[in-house]
Amino acid sequence: MTDVTPGGDVEALAGTERRRPPLEVVEVRTGMFGVHGTGDTSGFGGLVRPVVMPSASPRPYGGWYDEVVDVLAEVLAEAGVDADAAIESVLVDPPFASSTRSELTLHVAPEHLVAVCQALRDDQDLRFELSLGVSGVHYPSETGRELHAVYHLTSITHGRNLRLEVAVPDADPHIPTTTTVYPTNDWHERETWDFFGIIFDGHPALARIEMPDDWPGHPQRKDYPLGGIPVEYKGATVPPPDTRRSYS
Amino acid sequence: MTPSQGRPHATKAPVDDAGLPSFEASGGDWDEIAAEIAELGEERIVVNMGPQHPSTHGVLRLMLEIDGETVTEARCGIGYLHTGIEKNMEFRTWTQGVTFCTRMDYLAPFFQETAYCLAVERLLGVADDVPERAQVIRVLLMELNRVASHLVCLGTGGNEMGATTVMTISFTAREEILRIFEMITGLRMNHAFVRPGGVAQDVPAGLAQEFARVDTEVRKYIKQLTDLMLANPIFVSRLKGTGHLSLAGAMALGVTGPVLRSAGLPYDVRKANPYCGYETYDFEVPTSTDADAYSRVVLRIEECYQSLKIAAQCIERLEKSTGEPVMVADRKIAWPAQLAIGTDGMGNSLDHIKEIMGESMESLIHHFKLVTEGFRVPTGQVFQTVEHPRGELGAHIVSDGGTRPYRAHFRDPSFNNLQAVALMCEGGQVADVVVAVASLDPVLGGVDR
Repeated sequence: MTDVTPGGDVEALAGTERRRPPLEVVEVRTGMFGVHGTGDTSGFGGLVRPVVMPSASPRPYGGWYDEVVDVLAEVLAEAGVDADAAIESVLVDPPFASSTRSELTLHVAPEHLVAVCQALRDDQDLRFELSLGVSGVHYPSETGRELHAVYHLTSITHGRNLRLEVAVPDADPHIPTTTTVYPTNDWHERETWDFFGIIFDGHPALARIEMPDDWPGHPQRKDYPLGGIPVEYKGATVPPPDTRRSYS
Repeated sequence: MTPSQGRPHATKAPVDDAGLPSFEASGGDWDEIAAEIAELGEERIVVNMGPQHPSTHGVLRLMLEIDGETVTEARCGIGYLHTGIEKNMEFRTWTQGVTFCTRMDYLAPFFQETAYCLAVERLLGVADDVPERAQVIRVLLMELNRVASHLVCLGTGGNEMGATTVMTISFTAREEILRIFEMITGLRMNHAFVRPGGVAQDVPAGLAQEFARVDTEVRKYIKQLTDLMLANPIFVSRLKGTGHLSLAGAMALGVTGPVLRSAGLPYDVRKANPYCGYETYDFEVPTSTDADAYSRVVLRIEECYQSLKIAAQCIERLEKSTGEPVMVADRKIAWPAQLAIGTDGMGNSLDHIKEIMGESMESLIHHFKLVTEGFRVPTGQVFQTVEHPRGELGAHIVSDGGTRPYRAHFRDPSFNNLQAVALMCEGGQVADVVVAVASLDPVLGGVDR
């Protein structure tokens, strides 16, 4: 599959390239000791460190990963879902050849998440029948994909684990609920809503679960302060953890 | 509009609706309340059980809609023990994270510690370099911890039904195990003993003898418990057929651990996806097909014996590997201190203090940098699961390449399993709610984190 981008470049490696935009650099850090501006007298203020997350893996993924991705694409096609649109990218980290402990991550488009879960649960060659819940991660610098919901699935039948990752923009944080496929995700989605503000459309009762019902804000987001007060001990003052020196 | 409206606060006054009759029971005037309810002539009432109730296993709030003695609807309210441990972990070094996650499920601290450390080690790429002896110590601590945790489950479960002796015996037995923990880690709980790269220090001399003594004692107490519980006709009739959760229900609700195994599926992470070398130990995974509270008690007792069997194998291996390291060789990761127990508890060994304060400036710099800044962990994310006494515990750890976790999330089995309360209790008797919840064995510190 060749795809011509607006710039006129042809994407290399037909068939292996996925259409997910390269988003490896999620943040760029500067300096060294978390001090910025004129207060930084360390001499390290000019350091620039991009935060690079592992990106899509090339084929072959190795082990059973190729089979699972192929079968999933097939099952999705049978259900009338465009597999290329549903699976944005496939990541095996660390690469299969270099480690015995690699994990498979499928980045899934939010609109196709339920179809992907349904296929993963019901097809006899996939059979990821056990969901181990939903977790959220907030990447404030990843414009347009700030909020990630991460689903961990286990196949007891085949002894396999995989991870689904869904990214949505902070401005429109809607993901369809997976409770229709995995009822166990009920409380986990409530927790992710509570902590990150991701709205799971169609959830039977998307109420806060850990925080009080009238709590403003979503505490696990990176822009939400940890809070705390300075503590005086033996004449010295210990600042709260989020205002202590950090290493960028 | 009061000034507090819209601000965060945990103890807002409940909704004041004049149309709803409500009754408060906080003293000994239950008769008056019963009379008041009788006047209304309404059989269907909503009872709020907890969060401060002796038989809810902690600060669990149960909202029960009751028609006579039958529970028509059961809902859980949680969050009363939420302390923001996951958020706090994002502001401490990778090593300090252990001191936080150990406090989640306070009855099974070693499982959180190990799950977290295994995850960090995988991110660091040192998972294969962790010394064998450290893994054996981890297994030993986890298996003894499993026994201690199951004993609390059996004891408090019995206590909630009025069998106080069951509780006193199981807590006495647990005390013996806590003695071993204190001997190894210096603490009875909140150990922070398992560290990324290994464990904090080697086990002390005389552990084998102490274990042999404790093993005998604990087996004696478990035997007593078994006799007291399983041969008691009242206990049996209270538990048999109570809190039923079928295999299909357990799978749909993601319920794992003894509750899933009581429905017949022998799913145990130690066998399905071994970690810490569990594939090299000889043990069995007991199952049942009764799927009720009674079978879960029997399974937990059986699991205690299996855990003691694994622990004995650990002691044997520790004897053989005396003197081997318990921390990775990489000095950029391994905690610089050599800990020792002094007169005032565990701390840096005097030899180490002598070296950094009096002999080597480089050692001091190394110690200071590693302790204050910590080590950097390569970017990426991992999900590590371990078999917790209550089910499958998962640690989802994300690193951005910094000295602190970017995100640490724990999939706590108690949190997940509590979702089954509605399925297990609705349509049953009010008195069986207590039994059903006790058979799930939720620990609210882990539920709320």
